[in-house]
Amino acid sequence: MVEQIKEDMNLVVVKNLKKYFPIKGGFLKKTIGHVKAVEDISFTIRRGETLGIVGESGCGKSTTGRTILNLLNKTDGEVYYKGKEIFNLPKEELSRLRTEMQIIFQDPYSSLNPRLTVSQIVGEALVQHRLAKKGKDVNNKVSDIIERCGLAPYHIRRYPHEFSGGQRQRIGIARALALKPEFIVCDEPVSALDVSIQSQVINLLMDLQEEMELTYLFISHDLSVVKHISDRIGVMYLGSLVELSPKEELYNSPLHPYTKALLSAIPVPDPTLKKDRIILKGDIPSPSNPPSGCRFHTRCPYVMKKCKVEMPEFREVDTDHFIACHLI
Amino acid sequence: MISENKQNKMAMETTVISPAKLMWNRLKRNKLAMIGFIIIIIMSLAAIFAPYLTPYERDAVDLLNSNAKPNTEHLLGTDALGRDMLTRLLYGARISLTVGFVATGLRVVIGIILGGIAGYYGGKIDGLIMRIADVFACLPFLPIAITFVAIMGPSIYNMMFVLAILGWPGLARIVRAEILSLREREFMEAATALGISDFRKIVAHLLPNTMASVIVSATIGIAGAILTESALSFLGLGVAPPTPSWGNMLTDAQNQYVLKNRWWQWMPPGFAIFVTVMSLNLLGDGLRDALDPRLKQ
Ligand SMILES: Nc1ncnc2c1ncn2[C@@H]1O[C@H](COP(=O)(O)OP(=O)(O)OP(=O)(O)O)[C@@H](O)[C@H]1O
Ligand SMILES: [Mg+2]
Repeated sequence: MVEQIKEDMNLVVVKNLKKYFPIKGGFLKKTIGHVKAVEDISFTIRRGETLGIVGESGCGKSTTGRTILNLLNKTDGEVYYKGKEIFNLPKEELSRLRTEMQIIFQDPYSSLNPRLTVSQIVGEALVQHRLAKKGKDVNNKVSDIIERCGLAPYHIRRYPHEFSGGQRQRIGIARALALKPEFIVCDEPVSALDVSIQSQVINLLMDLQEEMELTYLFISHDLSVVKHISDRIGVMYLGSLVELSPKEELYNSPLHPYTKALLSAIPVPDPTLKKDRIILKGDIPSPSNPPSGCRFHTRCPYVMKKCKVEMPEFREVDTDHFIACHLI
Repeated sequence: MISENKQNKMAMETTVISPAKLMWNRLKRNKLAMIGFIIIIIMSLAAIFAPYLTPYERDAVDLLNSNAKPNTEHLLGTDALGRDMLTRLLYGARISLTVGFVATGLRVVIGIILGGIAGYYGGKIDGLIMRIADVFACLPFLPIAITFVAIMGPSIYNMMFVLAILGWPGLARIVRAEILSLREREFMEAATALGISDFRKIVAHLLPNTMASVIVSATIGIAGAILTESALSFLGLGVAPPTPSWGNMLTDAQNQYVLKNRWWQWMPPGFAIFVTVMSLNLLGDGLRDALDPRLKQ
């Protein structure tokens, strides 16, 4: 019974997911290696929560988000949405799945087709899934959605180039909401925006979440943004999750050395309040040739012999607090 | 004052500038391109309305009036058979422009279909199509064209066919390259996430975004086709007499005597070719400048 409820609470379950990109090279374009963008990660996303994912550039956050939505093919592992594996679905079921999970992109320029009007951009999917008829019906529905996202109804006839970055991002949000999805991957939705506009967009996302009972996977490299919006936070390093815990716990008592280093790098508003900043040595290794054992061992201040040979298991050390480290 | 401000704001709220209009606004600022554009329009109108612009029949022979200098009756004089040069020039425009536009149109259709398929599906199909394109691009134009015309006979249809068949690889490459880069844009991923069909992705998302560069390339391509038509007709391999084209009208200039003493029989068609090709090139360059692929402001 308890198990049953727990299953129902989880909207998305990711098990040992891997995603490698082949590196082609040489005269005949043979595969000469792999970029191990996502290496064996497992986590769950609960109904109605916001799971934040943080990590440095190139650590595989976007790849994780896209693979979960079946926008990229997995290399290995499983992803369950409402208890159903999302890969190898028949065409009709995949099409239905598309109406339930959506994505919001980072770049408000590249994410909108410059040749389509707002009405076409937001309404296209409604027509495709026969949820609205072309013409007036779509226009009315699109007006409603964009109004909810903070734009005016007369905007539907306009083209993307007539909007500011923040407004474009609202169009992108409206497009994701058009099909009334339950789960949305937000891939750094505010990173490209002005700081003053960032909070508006974040607040919009939070309002919409409440209104429409949405579940978010919120990707960012900005710890303060993630802290504001998330319930739980996962920290990624070089394709793996190193720590995952409720927000307060992560900020107050981080366990993984990498999380500690990340948190110590957040600028403090009060300069007299000096924090011990942990400076990591060296650079991030290449995901095409990751270090043996624990992937973080090349930069870890507390590295041990064991770390260099044995990959630490990602395990629950405290209720709801997961970590992959030999120290704990 | 206040109400005027309000009105202005209302106007701003309701005018919609489509990407095409944006391009047109930028093009309008380019004087040379606009001159080219206007000349092309005039040429096309003259070709279309040729029968109404001249009292003479296209092939009406008037041996009594042969080789007449330009005069009030025959503004550009007559040729060796006494046919009115201006009339033949206007009808020649029909042929030359038709060959230019239709051959390029065909080329664009082939180029978009093959380039689009290669770019969208990639992999082996892409490799195959692009290798075929390479082969076609390597074929020497004149020998092939001459052989083809020798077998099929000179006619404007064969002409258009040869021009299109030998000219598509360039366009296919442009379309393919555009689609390859468009495919990586996030709005395509958004379309996939929304469950948009492949057909609509190609027709509504990819092709409209390649149109701008296709139009630029086609404009300059029309100029090239007109030049090639003239060259082949000049050599007697293109449009067969008595149908006039600018190219075969130039054939008279092969005669030394005509070249020296009867300028009105070869200068006007030569000039027409020059002006048309020049105008198309200016327009093409202007379009290229007006084209901001990302349409960021
Ligand atoms: N289509 C692809 N082909 C090959 N390699 C890729 C592809 N997409 C991503 N990668 C590689 O996978 C790794 C992870 O990329 P990803 O975009 O997921 O990182 P990210 O954490 O989202 O970074 P950022 O913060 O810069 O967006 C990178 O090393 C990247 O170069
Ligand atoms: Mg990313």
